[in-house]
Amino acid sequence: MATAPGPKLKVATVSLAGCFGCHMSLLDIDERLFDLVELVEFDRSPLTDIKHCGPCDIGYIEGGVCNAENVQVLREFRANCRTLISVGACAINGGLPAQRNHLPLSAVLDEIYQSGPCIATGCTIPNDPELPLLLNKVHPIHEVVKVDYFIPGCPPSADAIWKALNDIIAGREPNLGHGLIHYD
Amino acid sequence: MSEATFTLDGKTIPFREGQTIMQAAMAAAAYIPRLCYHPGLKPHGSCKLCTVKVNGRHTASCTYQAQPGLAVESDTEELNGERRSLLQMLFVEGNHFCPSCEASGNCQLQATAYELKMMTPHYDHFFPDRPVDASHPEYLLDFNRCILCSLCVRASRDVDGKNVFALAERGIKTRLIVNAESGLLADTNFSADDMAAHVCPVGVILRKRTGFSVPIGQRTYDINPISALPQPKAGES
Ligand code: SF4
Ligand code: SF4
Ligand code: FES
Repeated sequence: MATAPGPKLKVATVSLAGCFGCHMSLLDIDERLFDLVELVEFDRSPLTDIKHCGPCDIGYIEGGVCNAENVQVLREFRANCRTLISVGACAINGGLPAQRNHLPLSAVLDEIYQSGPCIATGCTIPNDPELPLLLNKVHPIHEVVKVDYFIPGCPPSADAIWKALNDIIAGREPNLGHGLIHYD
Repeated sequence: MSEATFTLDGKTIPFREGQTIMQAAMAAAAYIPRLCYHPGLKPHGSCKLCTVKVNGRHTASCTYQAQPGLAVESDTEELNGERRSLLQMLFVEGNHFCPSCEASGNCQLQATAYELKMMTPHYDHFFPDRPVDASHPEYLLDFNRCILCSLCVRASRDVDGKNVFALAERGIKTRLIVNAESGLLADTNFSADDMAAHVCPVGVILRKRTGFSVPIGQRTYDINPISALPQPKAGES
């Protein structure tokens, strides 16, 4: 990675309906993190614990959209990030959470909280006002906001993320060759 | 007498009379993307992944007869862009969650999408509801991944002589069905020795209790991209 001539790029990251695997894979670039922090500084991210995203150069989004809060956060990222990257299977096609999409939401909630095996009698579906409301279906993020680049994989390998980030920081479209492009 | 030839992206390809562009290209180890063509079966010309430009006009190379002196274009930005759109439509029309698919790493749809650098399915997903058929003791049908290539239909009908599968309905409603009153694979004479049991390019017709036996890194397309593998001959899947 080239050294940064100008000010550092601001990067925000978030996991929506994801498992943090795509963040783990980012950390998996290991000692290349030293090169990365020469070039970027982190805004909102699980790595900084900043709660809201300010104006940024790059938004790194893991996970699809499964509830109202995901939609709100995703829109905040889109409004603030010059370049938005959809990272991993869940952000790109809904992934594992979207496996509920062929079932009615009410049936899913009923089975998990009321009628399924190992549920004590008298249990109810949680309805605390603090809990974000679930969407009927889980959606990939490009169905909600415009996305600039995609890094597929479940999760993408550290090498794929490193290559794609290098390309994006250099102002190129990410180009993942054989072995780096993966959907699993 | 000199051999009849045409050119594919400028490269000279010899052919025998009666061969299609696809057959001649495969014999010359030249890769043209394809999903519904298999050398052991009659071409169907339905997936359109193999579309090339012949003397400037779009045509499916698996159904177009080779002729001397044709100038065929295949590996161009324009054609690959169109192929990518076709792939994206196939991905969103079904449920392709590769991480949990037994065919992952051995799947021709996935490998072709890697080859053509499909970074996203781009379109809105249909998320269709397609229940699986696990009735057969040895085989599972996961219709979620069916791309309607009809290879299993042709293999069962034309090679196995059984007619186990068929495509029903039309257009966007087209779906694969099993020819049994119950609609279940267990109620057919389908067997593991059938060509139809081995011809599916994706993860629909799956042998039970063998999934995920090959570790990631050693599966068919982990090692080589689909374009670099030897082109299959009739009798191979
Ligand atoms: S059939 Fe192929 S593309 Fe579809 S989920 Fe399985 S591996 Fe992925
Ligand atoms: S089951 Fe497989 S071989 Fe048969 S039509 Fe579907 S994708 Fe093609
Ligand atoms: S391979 Fe020619 S149309 Fe499918």
